[in-house]
Amino acid sequence: MIEKALTGGKRYWFWISLLLACIVAGAAMYMRQLSYGLGVTGMSRQVSWGLYIGQFTFFVGVAASAVMVVIPCYLHDTKQFAKIAILGELLAVASIIVCMLFIMVDLGQPARVLNVLLYPAPHSVMFWDMVSLSGYLLLNAVVAYNTLSAEQKGLHAPQWLKPVIYLSIPWAVSIHTVTAFLYSGLSARPLWMSAVMAPRFLASAFAAGPALLILLIIVLQKSARYDPGEAAIGKLATIVTYAASISTFLVLVELFTGLYSGIPHDREGLAYQYAAPHGFWGMTLWMWISSVLMIAALAVLLVPRLRQSRVALAAACVAVFVSLWMEKGLALIVGGFEPSPLGTLTAYRPTCTEWGIALGIWAIGALMLTVFYKVAIAIRTAAR
Amino acid sequence: MKLTRKEFLITSAATLAGISGTKLVTSVKAAAASTGEDGKPRWAMAVDFQKCQWDQGCNQCIAACKHAHNIPDVPEKAHEVKWIWKELYKSVFPQQSEWVDPALTSHPLMLLCNHCSNPPCTRVCPTGATWKRGDGIVMMDWHRCIGCRYCMAACPYESRSFDFGDPRGEIANINPDFPTRTKGVVEKCNFCEERLGRGQCPACVEECRGHALIFGDLNDPASEIRTVLRSRYAMQRSPELGTGPSVFYLL
Amino acid sequence: MRERVLIAAGLAVFLALFTYPVWWAAASGTRAAGPQLQLPQTASVCVAPAAKMRASHMQMLSDWRSDSVRRGVHQFRAADGRLFDASLSRTCLGQCHSKTEFCDRCHAYSGVSTPACWQCHNDLHSTARSIR
Repeated sequence: MIEKALTGGKRYWFWISLLLACIVAGAAMYMRQLSYGLGVTGMSRQVSWGLYIGQFTFFVGVAASAVMVVIPCYLHDTKQFAKIAILGELLAVASIIVCMLFIMVDLGQPARVLNVLLYPAPHSVMFWDMVSLSGYLLLNAVVAYNTLSAEQKGLHAPQWLKPVIYLSIPWAVSIHTVTAFLYSGLSARPLWMSAVMAPRFLASAFAAGPALLILLIIVLQKSARYDPGEAAIGKLATIVTYAASISTFLVLVELFTGLYSGIPHDREGLAYQYAAPHGFWGMTLWMWISSVLMIAALAVLLVPRLRQSRVALAAACVAVFVSLWMEKGLALIVGGFEPSPLGTLTAYRPTCTEWGIALGIWAIGALMLTVFYKVAIAIRTAAR
Repeated sequence: MKLTRKEFLITSAATLAGISGTKLVTSVKAAAASTGEDGKPRWAMAVDFQKCQWDQGCNQCIAACKHAHNIPDVPEKAHEVKWIWKELYKSVFPQQSEWVDPALTSHPLMLLCNHCSNPPCTRVCPTGATWKRGDGIVMMDWHRCIGCRYCMAACPYESRSFDFGDPRGEIANINPDFPTRTKGVVEKCNFCEERLGRGQCPACVEECRGHALIFGDLNDPASEIRTVLRSRYAMQRSPELGTGPSVFYLL
Repeated sequence: MRERVLIAAGLAVFLALFTYPVWWAAASGTRAAGPQLQLPQTASVCVAPAAKMRASHMQMLSDWRSDSVRRGVHQFRAADGRLFDASLSRTCLGQCHSKTEFCDRCHAYSGVSTPACWQCHNDLHSTARSIR
């Protein structure tokens, strides 16, 4: 199957080379981090989680969003999704591996990571996160592989695959709920300790993931001449619209509770995000850009005429993805530590090394996705 | 018999999964078996901060702790490592400072790990590298810590520090009686459990010039700490979180 | 036909080169010198028999570590009933062995990479700040 990814035109190999270059650069940066320690990042005693954990959180959402194409396709027999379910499942596999890589680079003692398996701690949400993420990876890998393998032979997928697919649906919801629980059970961090974290994570995931999928389909239509049809894109756009609306609503709901209650730590946390207290303007600028992008995206998505326009839809999807990447991939995580329990605000800015390592991991994800999609599309077109 | 590449890969993956699965099951069994309970006292500390001789330039508690445990002097403040340190009263109790005597609210308090009776940090540790001992001390196992820093996120008191680099280079005089740590692990006050094991009191308590730190066993009604907690009002940091801190600030 | 001869010849040359250390040493009658260990002056009996120590001192130290750190048990009872402080720094290095002249010699000879223990633990004999 993999041999299908070894043939391609000039553009394809240029893209692969670019990704490999990013990966090598990222690996070199990681060697530097391994040698010196996590001091090469912008993290501090107060802000002890940063870009890496933020990116992990964001990409768990992207992985979970595969369920948004699997549900209509397999539970509701929505014909239009038959051509994109596999794209969602493969995106899930690549995303989960990206998540795991981000966790690995965040560890202070990565060689000891197997301690999580050797000394299981069921009282820790992180243990269950490891279990659910590994399980989800396995489920999607099995489903994607068997589906493609059957297609390649011109057969229907095996019957036993159906219950596995059905299992992946609640499992997808669970991976992002567990990830939200990592944060929402901590009494030390008022910004995170909210029941709304889990629904908010799911809503933003179901907006960002399908938005990315739409963009990937547009790319595939141009570069691989693979067209799942306008109806599929239209349905995905509807999902993004609903999910982005709910996600925004949940953000506003959080703002109300924090500001109206007047509880100092809640208020100060939101002030750090939106009101640039004491000269800390960086995060506020970041969050306002994210908010404006989301508002602009919703302005397009909520108008059917605009949503059906290819250019407007693509722009809106980019805006949704970037907005939620900014919010979940950095702001929410760093924001949880500001102010610290003793009331101090600490500036956090990812260093070049941090960005370099992150770029390397994104490139690994992109490389995997490229290879997966090349194989899948080659099998699909051959089968026809 | 012809073995295809596909079959080889699938068989290898399945074997690996099988081996890992059995190892996981045996580890879960082993984890369930060991408990690591210890002793009967319940160690606690009362901070009579108004006796602190900070105005005479005294930082003996911090210096004693640093020497006893090879705590590094990291130049970057963002990466500092501290087991016991001082903060002003109004930073520690911001919601209870408004109409209080400024002499009190500007007074430094000694802060350290609270060795909570219901610690959020031990609850979240994915490897059991930090756990609560039977005598109340929240322990650190620097051999097992993977440096995920979940405990640092969970601690409501900012008591935990992380080794962002190799701490060995930042220690002026290594005390050979206690190990240093290495980069990539979380560290915090351990109530001098190694000294307690030898029948000594914690280093900070011993070195305090003003007798501002009172350490003892809460399970002993005749202990100094029990006596002082009965006779004077004591505050705790964020008690409403249900952590059950073992450090009391006497008023 | 020609190829078979070439292949056989190549294989023979390869095998000869590959097994060179074995037949050369046998032919010239030399033996590689083993590690030169400085045995302790103070005691003649270790906490366990030498053969057992050679085979599993790593496991024993690991057990000492779990017992001390996680179970609060700081004493080790040897097979002959003697009690020891279960500490590499205080017992092994403090009472009997020199790290550089005993431990490191065998580790270097066997190509065992420096155990990570020394990133944190101290060799009480050494006054250097960094012991690797």
